[in-house]
Amino acid sequence: MTQQTYIGKPINRLDGLDKVTGKAKYAAEFDTPNLLHGYVVNSTIAKGKIKKINTQDALGLPGVIKVFTHENRPKLAWFDMSYKDQDAPPGSPFRPLRDAKIRYSAQPIALVIAETFELARYAASLVTVEYEEMAHQSDLEANRHRARKPASGMASLLKPPPPKPKGNFEAAFAAAPLQVTGEYVHAVEHHNPMEMFATTVVYEKGRNKSGGKYTVYDKTQGVTNSILYAAQVFDIPFKDIRVISPYVGGGFGSGLRPQYQLFMAMMAARELKRSVKVVLTRQQMFSFGHRPATIQTVALGASAEGDMTALYHSAVGETSQFEDYTEIVVNYGGMLYPPENVTLDHQIVSLDVNTPLDMRAPGGVTGISALECAVDELAFKAGIDPVEFRLKNYTDRDPLADLPYSSKELRECFRQGAERFGWLKRNPEPRSMRDGHNLIGWGMATGIWEASQAAARAEAVLLVNGKLRVSSATADIGTGTYTIMTQIAADTLGMPLEDVTFKLGDTDMPAAPIEGGSWTAATVGTAVKTVCEELAKKLFKLARKMPDSPFASVSFNEVVFVNKMIQLKKDSLMAVALQSVVDSNGGAAVRQISTGLPNMLKQRKYTRSAHSAVFAEVTVDEDLGTVRVTRIVSAVAAGRILNPKTARSQILGGMVWGIGKALEEESVIDHQFGRFMNHSLAEYHVAVNADVHDLDVIFVDEHDDIVNPLGVKGLGEIGLVGVPAAIANAVFHATGKRIRQLPITLDKLL
Amino acid sequence: MTLTAKAAPSTKQPPSLPAMHTVKLTVNGIETELQLAPWTSLLDALREYMHLTGTKKGCDHGQCGACTVLVNGKRINACLTLAIMQEGNEITTIEGLARKDADGKDGLHPIQQAFMDHDAFQCGYCTPGQICSAVGMMNEGHARTADDIRELMSGNICRCGAYTNIVDAIQSVMNPQPDAA
Ligand code: FES
Ligand code: FES
Repeated sequence: MTQQTYIGKPINRLDGLDKVTGKAKYAAEFDTPNLLHGYVVNSTIAKGKIKKINTQDALGLPGVIKVFTHENRPKLAWFDMSYKDQDAPPGSPFRPLRDAKIRYSAQPIALVIAETFELARYAASLVTVEYEEMAHQSDLEANRHRARKPASGMASLLKPPPPKPKGNFEAAFAAAPLQVTGEYVHAVEHHNPMEMFATTVVYEKGRNKSGGKYTVYDKTQGVTNSILYAAQVFDIPFKDIRVISPYVGGGFGSGLRPQYQLFMAMMAARELKRSVKVVLTRQQMFSFGHRPATIQTVALGASAEGDMTALYHSAVGETSQFEDYTEIVVNYGGMLYPPENVTLDHQIVSLDVNTPLDMRAPGGVTGISALECAVDELAFKAGIDPVEFRLKNYTDRDPLADLPYSSKELRECFRQGAERFGWLKRNPEPRSMRDGHNLIGWGMATGIWEASQAAARAEAVLLVNGKLRVSSATADIGTGTYTIMTQIAADTLGMPLEDVTFKLGDTDMPAAPIEGGSWTAATVGTAVKTVCEELAKKLFKLARKMPDSPFASVSFNEVVFVNKMIQLKKDSLMAVALQSVVDSNGGAAVRQISTGLPNMLKQRKYTRSAHSAVFAEVTVDEDLGTVRVTRIVSAVAAGRILNPKTARSQILGGMVWGIGKALEEESVIDHQFGRFMNHSLAEYHVAVNADVHDLDVIFVDEHDDIVNPLGVKGLGEIGLVGVPAAIANAVFHATGKRIRQLPITLDKLL
Repeated sequence: MTLTAKAAPSTKQPPSLPAMHTVKLTVNGIETELQLAPWTSLLDALREYMHLTGTKKGCDHGQCGACTVLVNGKRINACLTLAIMQEGNEITTIEGLARKDADGKDGLHPIQQAFMDHDAFQCGYCTPGQICSAVGMMNEGHARTADDIRELMSGNICRCGAYTNIVDAIQSVMNPQPDAA
């Protein structure tokens, strides 16, 4: 039934006007009378106890309302269960202001509430703390002997541990004429979305048990997650709380769990019966989840002809003392390459740090960055071009799960990417290309990311004015959700785009899961398509009942929805306008709520993944060791592309992240203090405009009926996954140096 | 800063607050009188006291460019100046950009339109700063090539990584090509 008027077209982002005029409102930007401001105080030690916390000086200032600490905080939910959000790893979630114990450096320990932001900030600087310090451990390398298997729990459903070994790696590796082994070390990274975490709680008086009503503007990747957390922790019935988040100034995973400003603002609003806003500082953006530091070992064996026979990939990642954070790091080699002898292992080490948190392409970019460097090394040893080597070791099935791929146009990615890049002109010899004192290198890598889908609900309403309003409590963190959902709805019901609005980010809407892991287009898209289809059936039923209906003896399959009309397929003159259908409904809008569900029976017979082939050019200053990425071509096979314009932007963003991860991003921890030292945007380097040159995106045609009814695979992660490895391989080609520690800073090249 | 607070002994004299001042700010052509403490930044004055939240806070330390506004046509970081220092100056924020530059007509500044057409943003949080910065950069008149733009726009971080499209958008306004899409 679906027309293709808008799907697949490069429509301008529908939220664009709000964003370029400053009208788009983010969590800290909702004003309300008598708003109080909160400022958080964080611990300066990594482990120990608060002996004394002095708040008198702060409280002595006129306009300071209260200082909350573990000593005077209200009674809160008792059980861990109440603090578990939808992305909580197994363990016991961190609870702000729970007790005197310090579990990691920069742990929030007090909240100052004052009449103005400036006053709260100043008062916070007057809060002094005496600690009883204990020895802490924050160094992964020094503690790797304590590595252990992570606990399993709900999270293991989405992040299964690596499968059991297959074949005999050790024997096959020992017998392999070509071998490579390497250890790969990645630094901690922080998400650092441009918008700092903020929550504004608008309080309305009430006589109900929870003391009033709470409208919560929260920076989150899922309003449903925030409301569950706030309702449970503060024992507020759902009817008295609503979470709203129309715009999110970047997430990248940081908003997958409720952050502590939500807790702080809710606690203060509830206790003081006032509206409260709490905004974190950029420094405090380094005081919650991060991409964990990892140490990986990859060993590959191949025949003399370059056929891979043995694969070993192990990873050790850090976690906190209270939760077992895991990610899928080591499985991808087993999915991409055919060796019969495979051993994969993933372990974690508990340190005195906060729990890590999914960060764009969690695990995937980590594992692929190591694996694809090792594959490059093996291809070099075999004397085979890296693209040819990958084609030689190509697999149409997923050997790890022993399932076919639902679709896999990776071969075409290699072909189109190589052609666009001009790969054939590459001289395989390292240090063979130069421009003055700059060495030039060309490198490439493969990317892969799961195409998953969850259940979501959506509502579609044909309004009395004949326009369509569709909604779902999902998020648009810059991904284009507003735009693509509107396109899907408009096409499904044959309506012009201007007559369709899509709303999101409000717990009054039907629930959707957190936005992450590249599953929103598939998950919410399916819900939107389903609800529009079901609304179409409802509208058709109403149309049949209209007096003199042309459809009296016609079935639903014989009509189409086009141009705001229901039309008979064989005779377009036999039509009923949607407007007259609503009119005939006694002046009432026609509404439908539906659930979009993954077709598990169909899906589980296949491995479903997006793929990419990334080609990068770098220049390396021979004297200074500075690396510049002059060109990247990324050829992506990710099913159907709903909107090539927003889709391209997502891939471009991923490529920029790849440059950052490969060359710049590193949260440097001073192990003497167990503390991130470069907690600012001046010292935590992300790619800026001058770091980004020619970026080229190719979407390879890929048809997939299995992944979901829309045939989409999601784009949030696949743009990033292969980029750091392609850059590292280009650095090798330029310099002859194999750098296995990210980021590749100049000191490692000199 | 909270993260570096040390356990200092309580001061003998109780801390006191600075007196409030009447500050007159001219923002987007409108003069407004505010009661502000001397330590209120221009950024906080705009966002918290005038509710002009189009100007964004991304670091409060002059490190990200999200707060870029125009003062007498020059781009500055609103977090690095105090409101009280800006009396008598013409401040233009994202909310006032179109009115200023569209030849008396309502509508969008060409840079705003170009940002939409080139999809020069994703989350949109850095966008008002990028746009004001682009206008300021064009006023400066030093940018000729794409590389110049990249360099001169590097004070504005876009974590979503929209740089390629930002440069394209700015170039399309600097060198309009009649037959380009
Ligand atoms: S907020 Fe002013 S530069 Fe970042
Ligand atoms: S659009 Fe998100 S930070 Fe630039």
